[in-house]
Amino acid sequence: MMDEQLLSLVLFSGTDDKLNAAAVLTAGAAALGRPVHVFLQYWALDAFRKDRIDLDHGLAPEAGPEGRKAVDALRAAGQPSWAETMRQAKDLGEVEIQACSLSMDLLAIEESDLDPLVDGVEGVTAFYLATGNGQIVFI
Amino acid sequence: MTTHDLTATVDARNLSCPMPIVRTAQQMKTIASGQLIEVLATDPGSLKDFSAWTRSTGNTLVEQTQENGVFHFIIRRA
Repeated sequence: MMDEQLLSLVLFSGTDDKLNAAAVLTAGAAALGRPVHVFLQYWALDAFRKDRIDLDHGLAPEAGPEGRKAVDALRAAGQPSWAETMRQAKDLGEVEIQACSLSMDLLAIEESDLDPLVDGVEGVTAFYLATGNGQIVFI
Repeated sequence: MTTHDLTATVDARNLSCPMPIVRTAQQMKTIASGQLIEVLATDPGSLKDFSAWTRSTGNTLVEQTQENGVFHFIIRRA
């Protein structure tokens, strides 16, 4: 697949702010009809465990107490969680979410531990093949 | 403001980016080509987002107005 419209996102960080930034990019691309391929590594993969996906995953260190307050205010105003935004993006467009097989081993995660948002498990080679010569964004 | 024959309304007031566009794109799938949709949004990015989104998707931004901090868009499905 060599789709020049394809957006490839590598999610590494597992804090709610970075996952939300990724979900916003995903939903925006889906709304424009652009296919999105998401590759979950490390702490981002951990956050997609079905028993943890709706929990509080904290914020990046630079958020500080003021950042925490700002994020809480947005949620209180009815802004959906990153997981909900990802669900809507998948309903809307062509969004594929794959777990990194190395990270699965590292964190001792089985495919059955993951939220249904995750479509499957792949290695980095399969990820590169899907990406083609397209751009990769790392969050 | 002229009166339009609207098929659906998306109330995206108080929702942040990208929800106004996501809700609109979802609703757009449910209407037929040529039909009109109305969108209410308060996200300040909406002005540029709806202009870019309609251009990219081929839908037509028929009208855009702003009143008391609420953006009002009328879009025709391609």
